[in-house]
Amino acid sequence: MSTSHSEPVASVEVAPSARKAIAPWRRLLSAFLESKLAVVGLVGLVLILLVAIFAPWLSPQDPFDLTQIDIMDSKLPPGSESYTGMVYWLGTDGQGRDMLSGIFYGLRISLTVGILSGFFALIIGTSVGLSAAYFGGRIETLIMRIVDLQLSFPAILVALILLAILGRGVDKVILALVIVQWAYYARTSRSAALVERRKEYIEAARSLALSTPRIIFRHLLPNCLPPVIVIGTVQVANAIALEATLSFLGIGLPVTEPSLGLLISNGFNYLLSGRYWISFFPGLALLLTIVAINLVGDQLRDILNPRLQR
Amino acid sequence: MRPLMYALSGVFTAAALFSAPVSAADLRVALSTEPTSIDPHYHNLSPNNALATHIFGSLIEQGPTQELQPGLALSWKPIKDDTWEFKLRQGVKFQDGSPFTADDVVFTINRAGNVPDSPSSFGIYTKPVKEMKVIDDHTVHFITDGPYPLLPNDLSGIRIISRKNAEGATTADFNSGKAAVGAGPYKLVSFTPGQSIILEANPTYWGEKPQFDKVIFRPVTNPAARVAALLSGDVDLVDGVPTADIAQLKKNPAVSLDDAVSNRIIYLHIDSDRDVTPHVTAKDGKEIKNPFKDVRVRKAISMAINRQAIVDRVMEGLAIPAGQLLPKGFFGVSPNIQVPKYDPEAAKKLLAEAGYKDGFKLTIHGPNDRYINDAQIVQAIAQMLSRIGIDTAVDTMPRSTFFGRASKLEFSLMLVGWGSGTGEASSPLKSLLATYDKAAGMGPSNRGRYSNKEFDETLAKALVTVDDAAREKLLQKATEIAMADVGLIPLHYEVSTWATRKGFKYEGRSDQGTQAMGVSIVK
Amino acid sequence: MSVFILRRLMQSLVLLCVMTVIVFAGIYAIGNPIDILISADASQEEYDRAVRALGLDLPLWEQYFVFLGNLAQGDLGKSFVFNEPALQLVLSRLPATLELAFAAMLISITVGIPLGMWAGLRPDGIAGRSIMAGSILGFSLPNFWQGLMLIMIFAVFLQWLPAGGRGPTASFLGMESTLFSAEGWSHLILPALNLALFKTSLVIRLTRAGVRETLLLDYVKFARAKGLSTGRVIFVHVFKNILIPLVTVIGLELGSVIAFAVVTETIFAWPGIGKLIIDSIFVLDRPVIVAYLIVIVLMFIVINLVVDILYSVLDPRVRLADMKS
Repeated sequence: MSTSHSEPVASVEVAPSARKAIAPWRRLLSAFLESKLAVVGLVGLVLILLVAIFAPWLSPQDPFDLTQIDIMDSKLPPGSESYTGMVYWLGTDGQGRDMLSGIFYGLRISLTVGILSGFFALIIGTSVGLSAAYFGGRIETLIMRIVDLQLSFPAILVALILLAILGRGVDKVILALVIVQWAYYARTSRSAALVERRKEYIEAARSLALSTPRIIFRHLLPNCLPPVIVIGTVQVANAIALEATLSFLGIGLPVTEPSLGLLISNGFNYLLSGRYWISFFPGLALLLTIVAINLVGDQLRDILNPRLQR
Repeated sequence: MRPLMYALSGVFTAAALFSAPVSAADLRVALSTEPTSIDPHYHNLSPNNALATHIFGSLIEQGPTQELQPGLALSWKPIKDDTWEFKLRQGVKFQDGSPFTADDVVFTINRAGNVPDSPSSFGIYTKPVKEMKVIDDHTVHFITDGPYPLLPNDLSGIRIISRKNAEGATTADFNSGKAAVGAGPYKLVSFTPGQSIILEANPTYWGEKPQFDKVIFRPVTNPAARVAALLSGDVDLVDGVPTADIAQLKKNPAVSLDDAVSNRIIYLHIDSDRDVTPHVTAKDGKEIKNPFKDVRVRKAISMAINRQAIVDRVMEGLAIPAGQLLPKGFFGVSPNIQVPKYDPEAAKKLLAEAGYKDGFKLTIHGPNDRYINDAQIVQAIAQMLSRIGIDTAVDTMPRSTFFGRASKLEFSLMLVGWGSGTGEASSPLKSLLATYDKAAGMGPSNRGRYSNKEFDETLAKALVTVDDAAREKLLQKATEIAMADVGLIPLHYEVSTWATRKGFKYEGRSDQGTQAMGVSIVK
Repeated sequence: MSVFILRRLMQSLVLLCVMTVIVFAGIYAIGNPIDILISADASQEEYDRAVRALGLDLPLWEQYFVFLGNLAQGDLGKSFVFNEPALQLVLSRLPATLELAFAAMLISITVGIPLGMWAGLRPDGIAGRSIMAGSILGFSLPNFWQGLMLIMIFAVFLQWLPAGGRGPTASFLGMESTLFSAEGWSHLILPALNLALFKTSLVIRLTRAGVRETLLLDYVKFARAKGLSTGRVIFVHVFKNILIPLVTVIGLELGSVIAFAVVTETIFAWPGIGKLIIDSIFVLDRPVIVAYLIVIVLMFIVINLVVDILYSVLDPRVRLADMKS
């Protein structure tokens, strides 16, 4: 694969100048706030994060506690009351689980999976990518070959095979998603670093005989960060969607601790029968989450892309 | 770019206006599971067998509830303890016009267990046959190793092929249609894996004239897509209707539903053998003795399960609570066994008596893509066990992982199902509850390693008793022994459901098979 | 040029070897296909026979070498399930997936490029903003959910289009495809649309970003200043410039479309290779999985090669000899 292919999903331009990267946060913030849509996205994202964090206090029911849910309350439409007088605002699923609680907890799991896998993939991928660009030569060729190998395989297939081997569980899904995603970060950070590597300040740092890790992490990294961050937001959204797809295909998280994706796929069977709420509301929550992340990511890309600065 | 768009929009409009004319004499079926081959002896799998029944006939056919009916054989009877005489139907012709004779039967039986690369061969049905003697063109003697009462049941699972067309034929020759010449009511037109199987009526069929000129099977594995195909009028018949959609479909005047109690029992297998079982611990996580060795604990679990709630809530009424291995009406079913009563208080008491007042921790395992609503049932059971103080976790997995692990005895309590291919009680008793004995072929699927000497003796006797009445008594007794001892915990019998467009009707089958022969046209 | 291609092929060969080892080890770790394929009431003896019949009784490394030996003779083995040559099985399903991917790409290009250009030229207009908001929605919709919605609306409620399956094929210039029959298209539209929605959003965004960047470039500013008509500026100068990244991405995305067809094919019962691979994974039909991977990898190699060559044609500054990595 040629070096000039930028990562398609984010289509981020990988040549931020050093001047832009150290621009004050305030300027970035005001640039961010220019788009109303992005602000809406950001507010939505913050709200969603808060709901996920405080789910145990906000939920009327602990959907993971089997003694709290009752099969006799299953598949009730939104607004129904349980025999204890609790109202199921969004109805219940096939197990009698309160959908609202299920969605709050599901958000938690989906976001945990998305953010954690994105975080680890970012760290691993960026380190690998920067090292490749910095060292060059055979190491670079080898690393990039592995990256290409990985990227030439659709994420969904790699994850599918990995999860079939690893089994189920939040930790396993995260591991699989990290393995699937690291290559995107590696490729993006490498392209960014390739440009930076030739700049004077790196030459200067080298001539000062600074240690290699120090040059990579203190000098190279900050200047390569903007495109990586943009990729990061997109990848978190992708990870959440990918997890949902894997759950739909029957591998992924354990059934007793459903993420949004699993809730949708459970409700999938009820969609044609008119019990829309079992998959509709989690679907909506998933959609809103991904849209919010993408809105924020979109604006980030615009303001971090120097070529668009007028 | 512009001409391209014009062309495209033209195609779009044309497609939207297009609707295919449907001949009344055609039948279009969406199958939940795709047959893997046309070769009737390649893979012993119910969709394959159901399809093969259209093209090939059997000596003995199984009716809708698997009762044995004359097929290519007119009659059969044991003439000695170890010999069965089969009289063949005269004047039957294969689809290529060649006559059907005893020689074809011998050829078939010899081939059925010996198809190369078969992942699940028919050898289990042909193995009891030690020798065949052709008496004349329409009489065959089957000689077995000692008395073998189940021979007619076993032979009903084997479809007869013609020596003339299939001598030396491979599975691929059947799939291409070259060797797929049988004496069944429909002829193979084409087999396109993943896409369609097309059959046409066999005008020379010996029995009742086939209803349809043409039958088109299409595999649609996604249940929602299958229902959608029916609702949009793409197909006339679908099988495996998802239970979730049944209430809605019942209200739809354009659709009619047909169901049949199946021969499939859904049950929990319990590790009642090992001293320590892998997925049971004390509540603080410490290792404890296997509580399931105590029959009181097994009984408590059985009583803690509200079978009616599972049937009503999870299965939407399309299942029948079970107290033994086959539903009423099948050979060997005991009239004396009741469905265990749901009584969580009594279950708690029994647990306390057995020394588990505070319960324990348990993980139940089950498949999530094998039986109707399997993962849902496991979760519901976990709920119910939690209520009698057993902290229950759930782990479900695709069958590709599940069955291998289950057979390696990696689980303590697991959800499994069993369909009786022979349509009588010896099949589940022998496979699920007989003491595991690799050499003797007993208890091959006894994944709880249940073992009870009295039971084994009763069953062994039943398996060599040729007299039907005496054998039925013994099978009933064996069932009663195992159920009183809670060798496994029966949950429910699956009810299979088919949906047809108005104008068609399907007579459901207990073997869950989908056959064009069961479809009738109604006004 | 030929050195470049040769190097590519060598690297891909290594890649293939690694992939097949992973698949062998992976499937071995998941379970034994016999456990799923065999009839439940089979005896141990019958079980052992089946294991031997499929060659699964050998140690894993030996199975792998048997596979390599056969591969050297061009034999990828027979499907455990269908007892047919695995490669033939995959190839017989390939046309269905290719026509689906082709139709999806066609939709996303014909819809995506005009919309993207509009949004790029008028980024602050209502239409431009709506297009962008819509593209974010298109990005975010869970694919399987959206597929069922399409079925519900167009097949069940409106009854305009069939709910699934592939229509009859017709012949054109010696090619057999459902693209050449009206009924074929009626089956194709919904799955193609489902597959295309995500890619359409992608094309919109790429086009828009390209247009916006290009408009800021000096030569475009210059062309405008020279008084060239807007149409000419857009179609000659801007369009040409954004074509390069678009070709790259569309080429690369073709591969991902083929892969993502897995979900769409499952929902719409489309008999392509995506459906085949999912079914094969669930029953651990190793020969088919391996054959699928080999076909896919070869396809990716070809696509990448074509993209690189196109690239050098479209942009003379890029020469293939420079592409070392």
